[in-house]
Amino acid sequence: MSEESKRALFFGSIFERNPIAVLVLGICSALAVTASMATALVMSICLTLVVAVASTIISLLRHQIPNTVRIGVQITIIATLVILVDQVLQAFYFELSRQLSIFVGLIITNCIVMGRAEGFAMNNPPGEALVDALGNGLGYSAILMTVSFCRELFGAGSLFGYTVLPLASRGGWYEANGLMLLPPSAFFIIAGLIWLLREIYPGQREKE
Amino acid sequence: MAAAKESTSRVLATVLILALVCATLVAGAAVGLRERQEANRLLDQRKNILIAAGLYREGADVEALFDNIETRLVRLADGSLLPPEALDPTAYDQLKAAARPRTSRELSREEDLAGLGRLEKYAPVYLVRQNGELQTVVLPIRGRGLWSLMHGYVALTADFNTIAGVTFYRHGETPGLGGEIENPDWQQGWQGKQVYDRRQQAALRVVKGQAPPGEEGKHRIDGISGATLTLEGVSELLEFWFGPHGFKPFLQRLQREGVTEMTISGEQVDELPLVGQGSGT
Repeated sequence: MSEESKRALFFGSIFERNPIAVLVLGICSALAVTASMATALVMSICLTLVVAVASTIISLLRHQIPNTVRIGVQITIIATLVILVDQVLQAFYFELSRQLSIFVGLIITNCIVMGRAEGFAMNNPPGEALVDALGNGLGYSAILMTVSFCRELFGAGSLFGYTVLPLASRGGWYEANGLMLLPPSAFFIIAGLIWLLREIYPGQREKE
Repeated sequence: MAAAKESTSRVLATVLILALVCATLVAGAAVGLRERQEANRLLDQRKNILIAAGLYREGADVEALFDNIETRLVRLADGSLLPPEALDPTAYDQLKAAARPRTSRELSREEDLAGLGRLEKYAPVYLVRQNGELQTVVLPIRGRGLWSLMHGYVALTADFNTIAGVTFYRHGETPGLGGEIENPDWQQGWQGKQVYDRRQQAALRVVKGQAPPGEEGKHRIDGISGATLTLEGVSELLEFWFGPHGFKPFLQRLQREGVTEMTISGEQVDELPLVGQGSGT
């Protein structure tokens, strides 16, 4: 595969075929961890790492993996990676691991990871699988960061914990929007992003 | 090649090798990182004791602050304190003690409001003094919620009846619903509530919706919507730990006597809770 098409693959995964906005995968964690930018960032890094490593390993082993048990093999590899990430977080970033609670463990069931493994890495060489996985991981991250930016800014008046809009409850002028801190607000924001992407890429609209 | 890959023996071999490699990696990480994780957990516990006592400020040195807190062991049956030289209280592992027959007792169904199964004979308490005067006492509490055992600390002021603070630091309740017991804003609402009513019964519990203001609501804590079953567990664990099998004997003696009078001599300790942290058996 040429440099050119690799680039197309990479950026296509971030925008045109964005896993959350277009494929609508990985919604659960996108709702759960986006109330603050810090947790969303850690979740993004963890997921990108897991999907990249999992896709590369699965692509390397694709000729060895028997077809009959391929899903089980993929899940085992993904689960192992997720447990490793979780253990490392608990050892070195205890606060963050507590904030993310069960959501790190739930990366295992994140459809993006399985989807890339089954849909791409099983049939493509490691280089391309890695590019594709990184693109998807970053596409997921882009949405998470956008959503958490809106939610933290309008819900808590801060970004990464630093006050941007001084809250009225603490003597400032900004009246916080409590809805933004609740998971449903992520639905509205993601819906807005989907609409935006469909305006930019009209090809994504469903045929009447 | 393609046919051989799908043969039963080949499939079995692949799966076995994969399972072995993955198991080794997972086990290696769990064992290799355990020490660090334990240290983190202990630090987190101490931090939560400080939070309950109202001593913690963001970014403060937990170890340095914790040095000002006196940890003692209480014999739950009669509320007497163990002398510090009998056993280092900081080395005592309450949960391990609760699991072992020698250092715990089985709770009957009527006694076991908090769903603990077994209760340790000795529990740690944390005494905070200012200028020699006992100011706050922090008690470890735990009990079954909807999905999990919830662990927390509750701090009482020097009247041994008014709540000074509370934290829940370890639980497996649903994030966003029952998990909101971690929410500092909700925990803030506990402050100033009274544990015992006029008849000296543990009356503090969580209600649905808002607790009534003033005198009427002094034994009532605000509910959290979507967390009813978790909070039932919280009410029950409060009733248990402030009841006769929990810290009630200790708190009543603390009101009448002083810490020194309540301390028994080393010989009077019938059975030493010899379960230190990390000790094998």
